[in-house]
Amino acid sequence: MNPQISSNPATLATTVAGMDAVADRVRPGVEAGPRGSRRRSALSTRNVVIYGVLSVVAIYYLIPLYVMVVTSLKGMPEIRLGNIFAPPMEITFEPWAKAWASACTGLNCDGLSRGFWNSVRITVPSTILSILIASINGYALANWRFKGGELFFTILIVGAFIPYQVMIYPIVIILREMGIYGTLTGLTIVHTIFGMPILTLLFRNYFASVPEELFKAARVDGAGFWGIYWKIMLPMSLPIFVVALILQVTGIWNDFLFGVVYTRPDTYPMTVQLNNIVNSVQGVKEYNVNMAATILTGLVPLVIYFVSGKLFVRGIAAGAVKG
Amino acid sequence: MTSTTLSTTRPKRPSQLFRNLSAKLASIPMILTALVIFLGGTVWTVVYSFTSSRLLPRLRWAGLEQYERLWATPRWLVSIENLLVYGVLSLIFSFVIGFVLAALMDQKIRFESAFRTIFLYPFALSFVVTGLVWQWLLNPEFGVQNIVREMGWTSFTFDPLYDQSIVIYGILIASLWQGTGLVMCLMLAGLRGIDEDIWKAARVDGIPMWKTYLFIVIPMMRPVFITTLVIVASGIVRVYDLVVAQTSGGPGTASEVPAKYVYDYMFQAQNLGQGFAASTVMLLTVAIVVVPWAYLEFGRRKRV
Repeated sequence: MNPQISSNPATLATTVAGMDAVADRVRPGVEAGPRGSRRRSALSTRNVVIYGVLSVVAIYYLIPLYVMVVTSLKGMPEIRLGNIFAPPMEITFEPWAKAWASACTGLNCDGLSRGFWNSVRITVPSTILSILIASINGYALANWRFKGGELFFTILIVGAFIPYQVMIYPIVIILREMGIYGTLTGLTIVHTIFGMPILTLLFRNYFASVPEELFKAARVDGAGFWGIYWKIMLPMSLPIFVVALILQVTGIWNDFLFGVVYTRPDTYPMTVQLNNIVNSVQGVKEYNVNMAATILTGLVPLVIYFVSGKLFVRGIAAGAVKG
Repeated sequence: MTSTTLSTTRPKRPSQLFRNLSAKLASIPMILTALVIFLGGTVWTVVYSFTSSRLLPRLRWAGLEQYERLWATPRWLVSIENLLVYGVLSLIFSFVIGFVLAALMDQKIRFESAFRTIFLYPFALSFVVTGLVWQWLLNPEFGVQNIVREMGWTSFTFDPLYDQSIVIYGILIASLWQGTGLVMCLMLAGLRGIDEDIWKAARVDGIPMWKTYLFIVIPMMRPVFITTLVIVASGIVRVYDLVVAQTSGGPGTASEVPAKYVYDYMFQAQNLGQGFAASTVMLLTVAIVVVPWAYLEFGRRKRV
């Protein structure tokens, strides 16, 4: 579901604005609070039902995280004995160490650390390049309208809905012709391409809301395309850059399909390597190591999520387009 | 007279092309992506789906042969059936659960942001992580089934990942856990967009709350529902990594999905033609959802 909005900038803009209302409920001056009926005494049936249902669902949502952590801290004998929900009798960090440094995927046994560093080497340049290009696109579209610009933009947005599977093979051919199939450069380009629709939309809408007087004043002062971008737009738009950053880092880190298709086994990103470790058919299954590896892989996006809070919500409102 | 017209139009013509030159140059990556990858790539795949390409793409015309073979392959039929079952159920459940949660969250409750954080965190995780966690939770030897049996109900069976007939529900459970938070967030945004006066008026008229939701609020939230529908639906068609991680398509081929069929035929079975035909069918599936929506959205207020 990560699934992927809208070629309709207006809807998107309202949704994003709405998300802000969700994110911080009280905005100065505006009564953006919930619309339900007034709160009554603390223990009314109504409140019991509301908090009861929400709490039960919340527990259900937390169980997988809890089980992951608990399992990863147990030894295998304890796991075989029984209950996945039981807290560990004896806490051990060995599974974590093994998952990080010596779990096996196929031939090499140097653990997830390899995948982690691969993912870092994929995520950093892909994030920078995709944001740079998309922000320039958005800037050109919003502030320097040119003939045909809207047409290309429409193709881009429609393209966001095309299943990746349709475009995968032509890109393989193009990358092979360029001699970068299977390299990190190739994968960086792929991430830049597929991040482009949503990021361009994001930046275009944001830059369009920058007061035109500012832009005109800069032009009168003799600033050109690049001058205005670097000196005015970029510094003014830091929040949207942060949203884009969150969106891209989590999206690229979580990617699996492009990693499988466009890299070689020694440069597989963490998600692919994790899948290979856990679903490898040889050997005895070590569930504690598997869960430690799973947490390790989920840790980067989780930390970003918990730290960024409101901005993440904004990001997914926009990023939902990616599915 | 003629000479002046010439002298004014002549420098003007190149200036049309070179106007905003920097902007145009800066947009080259976007233009290339739009034309070469999104447009060109799609057309290329559709064209090659009518060829008999196997290991390498070849323009050897084969008509509808690949499609005939596709619809005669049991694995593809299973994939489509799974996609239908999974798609319909995950739409229904994520909408119902997402809306109910959003409505509850909208009752001026305390700890709202804590609840939101909890409901949404799975969305930050990748499908691979989601699939692996639920693979572990649904493990018949140690997971939920074992727990219930230990509690005394020894004949209890719930092992979706090892039962061909219900494996797709195991995947559904995992994907609902991952994605319902997003639906809730979008719905909550929609609910917050509804005018307080509507609620006041309904209350004054003595309309019960559930009726207000059902007959006033939900119809008003139509745009939000449609946006959410498009997002969720286009995600459903793409489902891939979740299945790979959780079941690898098994047991047997019971949890295969179209996206996996495409990948396997293109990169493992080296039967490119089949992969192209299957991905073209995926494209058509998305088009069935997206085109009517785009038509409604854009048809209404003309082109920009």
